[in-house]
Amino acid sequence: MSGLITMDDLTNEEIIAILDDAERLLPVAKGELYLPLLQGRILGNLFFEPSTRTRMSFETAMKRLGGDVVNLGDVKTSSVVKGETLFDTIQMVDGYTDIIAMRHPRQGAAQYAQDSARVPILNGGDGAGHHPTQTMLDLFTIRQAHGRLDGLKVVLAGDLRYGRTVHSLSHALTRFDCELVFASPDLLRMPRDIVSDLEAHGAKITETEDLYSMMKDADVIYMTRIQKERFSDEDEYAKVAGAYKLHANDLNDVKANMIIMHPLPRVDEIHPSVDATRHARYFEQAFNGVVARMALLCKLLGVSVPKNVEKEGSAF
Amino acid sequence: MSNEHSMRRVTAIRNGTVIDHIPQGHAMTVLEMLGINDKTSVPVSLVMNVPSKKMGSKDIIKVEDRELTQGELDRLALVAPDAHVAIIRAYTVAEKMTINLGAEVVNVVRCTMSNCITSNQREPLPHRLKVMSRDPLQLRCHYCGRTQNLVELVKNVI
Repeated sequence: MSGLITMDDLTNEEIIAILDDAERLLPVAKGELYLPLLQGRILGNLFFEPSTRTRMSFETAMKRLGGDVVNLGDVKTSSVVKGETLFDTIQMVDGYTDIIAMRHPRQGAAQYAQDSARVPILNGGDGAGHHPTQTMLDLFTIRQAHGRLDGLKVVLAGDLRYGRTVHSLSHALTRFDCELVFASPDLLRMPRDIVSDLEAHGAKITETEDLYSMMKDADVIYMTRIQKERFSDEDEYAKVAGAYKLHANDLNDVKANMIIMHPLPRVDEIHPSVDATRHARYFEQAFNGVVARMALLCKLLGVSVPKNVEKEGSAF
Repeated sequence: MSNEHSMRRVTAIRNGTVIDHIPQGHAMTVLEMLGINDKTSVPVSLVMNVPSKKMGSKDIIKVEDRELTQGELDRLALVAPDAHVAIIRAYTVAEKMTINLGAEVVNVVRCTMSNCITSNQREPLPHRLKVMSRDPLQLRCHYCGRTQNLVELVKNVI
């Protein structure tokens, strides 16, 4: 069975169906209802790079659905430090599990793993490449707030060069005919090949360094962290660190229903004063990682989410 | 100018390979892709900017005492997918070889992205690049999705 490597692996109809499944699974994700749809199934969590939210939400998603999880654990104590290839690691975990969630520092690692495996691979981030499960929770959060995905104006701000979340998300939003604004320091602009690809698919894109002038008629502002770990040169990082610092005072003229999202962790790009505003949506977004991943696990394991979850599930 | 006339610009070879109909200006890249350089010991003749009815002008390479392998033909396909390759034995064309640039190029070149998973040379799966465009050549890595052109790929021949 094939997995989810990039958003191209899903049609728009499949995306909507998965978001609908996720919506119905909300009471299960919140722990209000027990629905062991994945009982007896095992998820292999292979995180070759640090992860808090993605790894934990995959684990929570699997366990909320009655499944189990085995972890690679710390890369420093695994066979990887002994020089094991990704191919060999996948052969082993493929035999232990029914599905694999993976994050790897190298681009293309998820596709490589899928080509090496029999079980489906869920790409939890491959270098600066793709992060489609994050995109699914982002789309879920946007639809939850606006009731739709089509035709929204979405501002993506910060590190657009190395930020894999914005790469996957902008592809998906283009498919739903959203207007995109890319706000970033020049050094961290969206890669040219991605912009060309988006434009070839009919994207309406504005590129700017001035985030603040683009906020007034935005429906979504998607902030990202400038990722220090992606810079080999400290001086280059220093030039762009702290490029954007969104404060509650900056939000006086924005649309009432505009939402601010962030894949987290944040550093200083969103001031804590924003947290208490009606626009802040990043903590709900992080929670939505559980419900979106529950729906994805079901989809890739070929398990249908019942139409009436309340009836099928049992209360604790 | 006839084809025979343009071929006579350099001496006929006894044994070896003639690569004709190379796009004008690409002969040097072909040599690089085939690993033919100042360390090559066999005689190599190169003719550039030869008038051609079909192509306007073209380049021709003759390599003596060496017959191209399938792997070399696959590399040649990236630079000159419409070139004609003839194997010469005892001054006559013994074999005409077909160049084929298909939808995917497998184990011919490596992805040029330094952070691609395939840059770990111990990983055993094949190097796979999809042909996005033939002219100008653009390939996309099956794994990381990076689009790359001939100038980048010449350095990454396997």
